[in-house]
Amino acid sequence: MNAQTNLIASSERKIWPLTGGVHPEENKHQSTTRPIGSVSLPETLVLPLSQHAGTPAEPVVAVGDKVLKGQLIARASGVISAPLHAPSSGVISAIEPRPIPHPSGFSEPCIVLSTDGAEQWCELTTIDDYRQLPPEDLVAKVRAAGISGMGGAGFPTAIKLSSGLSIRTLIINGTECEPYITADDMLMREQAQAIIAGAEILQYMLGADECLIGIEDNKPEAIMAMKIALSQSASADKMEIVVFPTIYPSGGEKQLIQILTGQEVPSGKLPADLGIVMQNVGTAVAVKEAVVDGKPLISRITTLTGAALQTPGNVAVLIGTPAHHLLQHAGLRESQLGTLVFGGPMMGFSVERLDIPVTKTANCIIAATRSEFPEAPDPQACIRCGHCAQACPASLLPQQLYWHAKAENYEQLLHHNLFDCIECGACSFVCPSAIPLVQYYRASKGVIRSLEAKQVKSERSKARYESRLARMAQESAEKEAKRQANAERAARLKAAKANEQSGVAEEDPIQAAIARAKARKAATAGQEKPARVELSAKQKELKIQLSIARAQVKKTEKALSAAQASGDDATVARLKPGLDMLHEQVTGLEREFESSSSPAPSAREAEKPAKKDQPALSIDEKKRKVELAMANAAVKKLQRALESASEEDAPALKQQLADAGQKVADLKQAMENRL
Amino acid sequence: MAFISNGSSIRVGQSSPHKLGLNSTQRVMGLLILATLPGLLAQIVFFGWGSLINVLWCVVIALGCEALALTLRRRPVRSCLSDCSAAVAGVLLGLALPPFAPWWLSLVAVSFAVIIGKHLYGGLGQNPFNPAMLGYVLVLISFPQEMTAWLPPLGLEGHNNSLGDALSAIFGPGVDAVSMATPLDVLKENSSLTINELWQANPIFDGMAGRGWLWVNLAYLAGGLFLLWRKVFTWHAPVGMLVAITIMATLFWQGSGSDSHGSPMFHLLSGATMLGAFFIITDPVSGATSNRGRLIFGAGVGIIVYVIRAWGGYPDGVAFATLLMNMAAPTIDYYTQPRTYGHQRASKGLPKKD
Repeated sequence: MNAQTNLIASSERKIWPLTGGVHPEENKHQSTTRPIGSVSLPETLVLPLSQHAGTPAEPVVAVGDKVLKGQLIARASGVISAPLHAPSSGVISAIEPRPIPHPSGFSEPCIVLSTDGAEQWCELTTIDDYRQLPPEDLVAKVRAAGISGMGGAGFPTAIKLSSGLSIRTLIINGTECEPYITADDMLMREQAQAIIAGAEILQYMLGADECLIGIEDNKPEAIMAMKIALSQSASADKMEIVVFPTIYPSGGEKQLIQILTGQEVPSGKLPADLGIVMQNVGTAVAVKEAVVDGKPLISRITTLTGAALQTPGNVAVLIGTPAHHLLQHAGLRESQLGTLVFGGPMMGFSVERLDIPVTKTANCIIAATRSEFPEAPDPQACIRCGHCAQACPASLLPQQLYWHAKAENYEQLLHHNLFDCIECGACSFVCPSAIPLVQYYRASKGVIRSLEAKQVKSERSKARYESRLARMAQESAEKEAKRQANAERAARLKAAKANEQSGVAEEDPIQAAIARAKARKAATAGQEKPARVELSAKQKELKIQLSIARAQVKKTEKALSAAQASGDDATVARLKPGLDMLHEQVTGLEREFESSSSPAPSAREAEKPAKKDQPALSIDEKKRKVELAMANAAVKKLQRALESASEEDAPALKQQLADAGQKVADLKQAMENRL
Repeated sequence: MAFISNGSSIRVGQSSPHKLGLNSTQRVMGLLILATLPGLLAQIVFFGWGSLINVLWCVVIALGCEALALTLRRRPVRSCLSDCSAAVAGVLLGLALPPFAPWWLSLVAVSFAVIIGKHLYGGLGQNPFNPAMLGYVLVLISFPQEMTAWLPPLGLEGHNNSLGDALSAIFGPGVDAVSMATPLDVLKENSSLTINELWQANPIFDGMAGRGWLWVNLAYLAGGLFLLWRKVFTWHAPVGMLVAITIMATLFWQGSGSDSHGSPMFHLLSGATMLGAFFIITDPVSGATSNRGRLIFGAGVGIIVYVIRAWGGYPDGVAFATLLMNMAAPTIDYYTQPRTYGHQRASKGLPKKD
């Protein structure tokens, strides 16, 4: 006993007091009288896909699949997620929504495993010396093992280990400040070496200089065991066990950091921002098993306690074991059961069913009698006594938060730092008027979160709407500008026309000059004037061809004259026949153009009335029209081909062109007949 | 109500925490009443049975008015009466009123306190003003003659009024009881005598603050310390008030001449100083709520009390000072929020509008 007190007292490290805090009745002794027990294998294991903070895991097995113990059955989906492994061998009997341990009482997708009793492990890869591997590989192992914080929050451990920030201090949390719960206490008493080993691995992964193991002074046996295990380990000089006075809620992450380091985690930041990472003792053991033994997280220590149990204690339990299986094991007196609580009495939640499974975060199940957890008395008026403010570990003003929550004054709630509330329940515990303060805060947080989500959404749609308005405004402005430009041009043209017609150009020298210039232009253009008359498609085509041919003639003439000037007889001889041919082509085209321009107007006139009483074209007519268009296109194509064709191909093409022209003529004839 | 293992639903879940502490409003109020006993005893010893009859009579009126108000407001009478908050108001008024205050005076004060001062604002927890002080101020302004008629503290040496005298003084047509002013009155009226001469002229007031008043205040101090020990309230408001009075009395003491305002000790241990510091301004409903706020609230009361005593129109000013500071309490609250964990500085004032 003396040695023990010496060991406990030997902690010389400075500790800082917790702000506020309460001393609820501990009720821990009931479950520490017997060692950690084991439970028989249940027939079915129910494994919720969401046992951790973050996105649920995705099943990689199907109903009917046979799985081995430790086999991956659901993979992590996303960054903040954790995979799930079969806690025992057997067959997947269902993947369906089942009631999960959650205050809502809702059902969530679960993988249901029918155990076969063989407990046959899958192949495990063990490591002899983890220091041979780089820390990233070890973190990957932790991630693959599906480890999430086992103290209750269930944040995927690998994420805490790979923050990218430089970590100076690793804190192993053995505080377990909640009443009733003794899972960590018993774990420290019985598996202290595994905890130290896990802490060493974590320290190696993080590259942390120091490791502090924080334990409340109401666990002398655990402190003893841990100190002995530490003194026997190789890293005794890099780790320290820090014992501090028992007060609730010293085990909260922020609170323990304050107690051990005197620092406060800035609001909205993470401990990693201070160079601190905290892990629960249970998580340390899970990390050790994952890294050294290659075992995924498939079981945990859970406290079974409460006055309705005959043999309260701690058990090593497979994840997914239904609560009633465990409670039967602990001798549940069902007639006395008043409230079933998952977690501790301060922060746990009551569940309404007994078939709810144990998850990775289920550190305690309390089967309380009615007198043990009496129904909360009717709340009385708040007299602003301020006992809650004295108890609040976050230095909030719970009484003010309560008034503002009741008034739904969310601005004031945010002003009073509602979101720094850790929902520890200390304020409710001391409230003389039995007001369910934490419930008010939870509800208000929920409302504020959904309001903020709505606001983000509405802001997004507002931005979208505004950009649409801006776009539309710009479009209409452009349209307007165009319209104005058109109108101006039209007005100018009209004015010019009017000037021309009225012949009052003489009055204005500028106008007269313009008119003269125009007249000159018209005179020089001469022949081109009739070109203003609308040309048919064929005429246009001919015109283009004609101009191309003329250009070619000019080019060749130029080359020829150049060749003649330089006395290059060979070139002259070569170019001359080509030039002759081109001249021929040009005259041919000119003739064709001339001849085509005379029937064209008549064709136009023939078409015009057709357009006027166009209304109902029969299917046949439509068809014929389409055919005509196609034939026309073919004709054009052939003409083009002919133009670029060599001497040999020309006759054949000409024949084709003639056929196509005939077809066009036939079709036109047919259409005219119809009309 | 029973759990069924195969999963059908049972009892409605409750929110955490699942177990509450033993604290209750009754306990808080009960401790408060308990802590007034030394003071009450001292008052009985020095001023006779009148104080006790007053207290009992006031409690009866308070409970009656509370029940009436609750019935009119259709609230559960029994459970609300059992929170003892009305009884506390009755006790405090009974202690504050002069021992031979006629029955109707107490009736007016207490019924005004409970019905107007408390229930008209919405009942327990909603009243911006300390109800007992509202009632007290009402009768102080309305019936100054009755309110200043304190008996001489005859106490142990002199003869005390019999219980019968006290009863007939309060409920009867009145007796020719020897009424006289308190030391604060005497000091206030004095303009020619030095303190020594003054006390020689009024031997009953010798000692630091008058023999009887000294003991009564010490008794309230003891009760207050008991409440601090039981953590019914924090030390902030009483310390704020007592320190403020001490500082004010030291600064404006002006020696022991005829224009003296009395020594700091005199002010700490006379009048309603201790009753006010530990039983009146610690009323959480109408006071400031954070620790720093309570310190400021208490200091404000202390300063105003001294100002009224030294330069005001009344010999004592605890009631006025309390009501004045009650008005300032919400503002004080806005500016004295504690610094929350993880924040660089405390939030102040009203939330900023966008």
